[in-house]
Amino acid sequence: MNKSIALNMQGISKRFPGVVAADNVEFSVYKGEIHGLLGENGAGKTTLMSILCGLYTPDEGQISLMGGSSAVDGIGNVRIGSPREAIEYGIGMVHQHFRLVQGHTVAENCILGLAEQSILIDVNSVVKRISNIGERYHIKVDPSAYVWQLSIGEQQRVEILKMLYRNADILILDEPTAVLTPQESQSLGMTLKTMAKEGKAVIFISHKLDEVMDFTDRVTVLRNGQNVQTVETSNTDKESLANLMVGRDVVFAVNRPEFMLYSTVLEVNGITAQNDKGITALSDITFSVRSGEILGVAGVSGNGQQELAEVLTGLRKSASGYVKVLGSDLTNRSPANFIDAGVGHVPGDRIGVGLAGNLSVSDNLIMKAYRGSEVSTSVFLRSDAVDRYVDRLIYDFDVDTPDRYTPVRNLSGGNQQKAILAREISARNDQNVDKEGLLIAVQPTRGLDVGATETVRELLLAQCKQGDAIVLISDDLDEIIGISTRIAVMFSGYIVGIMNADEANISDIGIMMAGGHVNNL
Amino acid sequence: MKINVERRMSSSRAIAFLVPLTSVGLALGFGGVLMALVGADPIATYAAMLEGAFGNAEQWSVGQFYSVTETLVKAIPLMLTGLAVGVAFRMLFWNIGAEGQLVLGGVAASGIALWLGDFVPGSIQSPWIYLPLMAVAGVLAGGIWAVIPAILKAYLKVNEIITTLMLNYVAILWYKYLVNVAWKDPDGYGFPGSAKFGECCRIARISGRLHWGVMVALVCGIVMWVILDKTKWGYQIRLIGENISAAKYAGVNIGRNIVGVMLLSGGLAGLAGMVEVAGISHSLQEGLNVGYGFTAIIVAWLARLNPWGIILVANVFAAILVGGDQIQMTMGLPGSVAHVLQGAMLFFVLGGDFFQRYRLTITR
Repeated sequence: MNKSIALNMQGISKRFPGVVAADNVEFSVYKGEIHGLLGENGAGKTTLMSILCGLYTPDEGQISLMGGSSAVDGIGNVRIGSPREAIEYGIGMVHQHFRLVQGHTVAENCILGLAEQSILIDVNSVVKRISNIGERYHIKVDPSAYVWQLSIGEQQRVEILKMLYRNADILILDEPTAVLTPQESQSLGMTLKTMAKEGKAVIFISHKLDEVMDFTDRVTVLRNGQNVQTVETSNTDKESLANLMVGRDVVFAVNRPEFMLYSTVLEVNGITAQNDKGITALSDITFSVRSGEILGVAGVSGNGQQELAEVLTGLRKSASGYVKVLGSDLTNRSPANFIDAGVGHVPGDRIGVGLAGNLSVSDNLIMKAYRGSEVSTSVFLRSDAVDRYVDRLIYDFDVDTPDRYTPVRNLSGGNQQKAILAREISARNDQNVDKEGLLIAVQPTRGLDVGATETVRELLLAQCKQGDAIVLISDDLDEIIGISTRIAVMFSGYIVGIMNADEANISDIGIMMAGGHVNNL
Repeated sequence: MKINVERRMSSSRAIAFLVPLTSVGLALGFGGVLMALVGADPIATYAAMLEGAFGNAEQWSVGQFYSVTETLVKAIPLMLTGLAVGVAFRMLFWNIGAEGQLVLGGVAASGIALWLGDFVPGSIQSPWIYLPLMAVAGVLAGGIWAVIPAILKAYLKVNEIITTLMLNYVAILWYKYLVNVAWKDPDGYGFPGSAKFGECCRIARISGRLHWGVMVALVCGIVMWVILDKTKWGYQIRLIGENISAAKYAGVNIGRNIVGVMLLSGGLAGLAGMVEVAGISHSLQEGLNVGYGFTAIIVAWLARLNPWGIILVANVFAAILVGGDQIQMTMGLPGSVAHVLQGAMLFFVLGGDFFQRYRLTITR
């Protein structure tokens, strides 16, 4: 293999308010290499690649490129100020969410935004060039098809074509297989290998270990914004990659008290459901959760956890199977029915779903309770009762806000999350004083600092102690192992295993999360 | 040198007050420049507009308030339609169809006034029976017209901007057919327009052409404020407008709310049409569609969709309209100056919004 360096990133650091997203990261890629970039959510993969394609400027560090594109000759230090400059340097990125114009043809998308086009577009030559590129790299797409006619896999090929059309020498693919079927993934792998053979450098961002093992020549593992290790793929295996990714030396603080387990609160049987794109996202999901129990759902994000939470709260329809809460069948009922049945939901998308940012803390805190007799009559909200209710929640849950009229977007992430938990827990407690409730908590501590994380976990445990059943969906394995009673692992829409937390082994979970099999389970 | 746009972290009270005021000032200045360009003295023109809208001391001293009452007369349909579109916009439902809803409200109310006696012979000729019936007919007609795009949106995801806009033309053309053909007064010497309503179908006058419809509009303003600020329904509407995903998550039925809000919105616009025919023209005449339903969009936006604000801005806009008529008569300027001013105000106030949320910094 040609071992000349295509790209070298040295000492890259990027800080956001309160977070070090990249801390002195070193990253280099050879020409003709497929280089895997591996890490958990928040490990710094996306930050690093966003710096490379000009979306962020690094606070510190140096990027140098090896020539090949017309813009740079030889090894040179470059400053990439914008995505346009990145393209000029021959760096192209295929984002997870495609940047294609649905109403345009493949050819039109390929030339969109290119400076060299004259006013009249010579469509034939564009089509011809696309066909040539397609043949060379084994990418089958009809240049005159409209993007909306294409499947997701084909659209991804168009994105790749677009980058090749722009003479990209370094291609970055951000979790490209997340939206693909296994067959499409295989064909993508072929394309990437062809590109590498032609001397392109391919950066493959993923946390699916199988594909990283299959596709890549080398792998760089990041964790918490720092380099962990760069290894030759042939000298490693899935298990050691999983350990590198998750962090072997993590001390798991298990502070999970033993609670009495009572009756079954949530019963899920044979649930299947599709995601927004109509692809099967959940297959034959069956489990149950008892009162006083936290069921942790582990998995790499995008393997159906989000859809599972939605089915369990009435926000998504299931195609088959049933969901029972405290014995009553709630399958495909409305979110209001789930709320009335005592199902609380801490959504993964705090700002997008859990809160209405411009509305006041007060309006946000009554989002679930406003129907109930405590704060309203059949028609009117009782403003004095609302105020009392809101003040009580702010006090009980220690939500740090100047007053109840402050727009909730002005609160810190931790306090926003406390507000959500306060709302979900209180609304349920008030409605079902004597009954056990159910709480679906999705990524409850994502993006929170240590203190807030601790508070949120304590709140969950306290609810559990009161006899609630909790489904904790999280990307954070430490969290899952730390406070769950049992752990379910999801992969590609299936629950691939459920185990007691006491018997869980982090590397086994890591392998199961990546779609591997563990013999002793 | 480089100009950067930065989001303001917090907005001070001074900014919240000064920016809109400056915007209105700039709009008036912009209007003044246009007047100067067509050879008119801006100061004198503005003075004439003010006098046209509110009268002068001489008139007031003899107890003549014709200008003020005319301004209020125009404010009535603007208040009602402003409230109508305002409540829909609160939910981010873009009802551009208030004009058609108003027209159909007027048509339905006229239908009751003209034909109810024929179908129910011997009905009591009392305004206490006829006016409420006309109001109900107007509200229902406007409401049902508005519910068509609401259902299309709620259950088939059809873009409401297109449907509400297009239904305006359907409504207006139908109304024109009635005025010019079907309901034309046989004793009208060939002029378009229906026969005059009976006395029992007319809203009583207060002074000049000003009628008690003004109270209807004010009461509607209060009701809308109560609904939006004090009820569970209003809370749901606000929630949908601010974050539809959060609303779904909170168990709000989006489709039912779209239909309900549009019934209310169209109903208010239809009521505006009823009040116009029963209070001013006393028959179904040409000129019911003079654009109140479109001006209402500007009114609602400038008022930030707040019911009290809508009442206020509707009156300001009515004053500009009446003042515009005045300069047409006394100064020979085109009356469309008023529309230019309204448009300029919208532009400058919306532009001002930007500076309320962002600030510019200059770096070298």
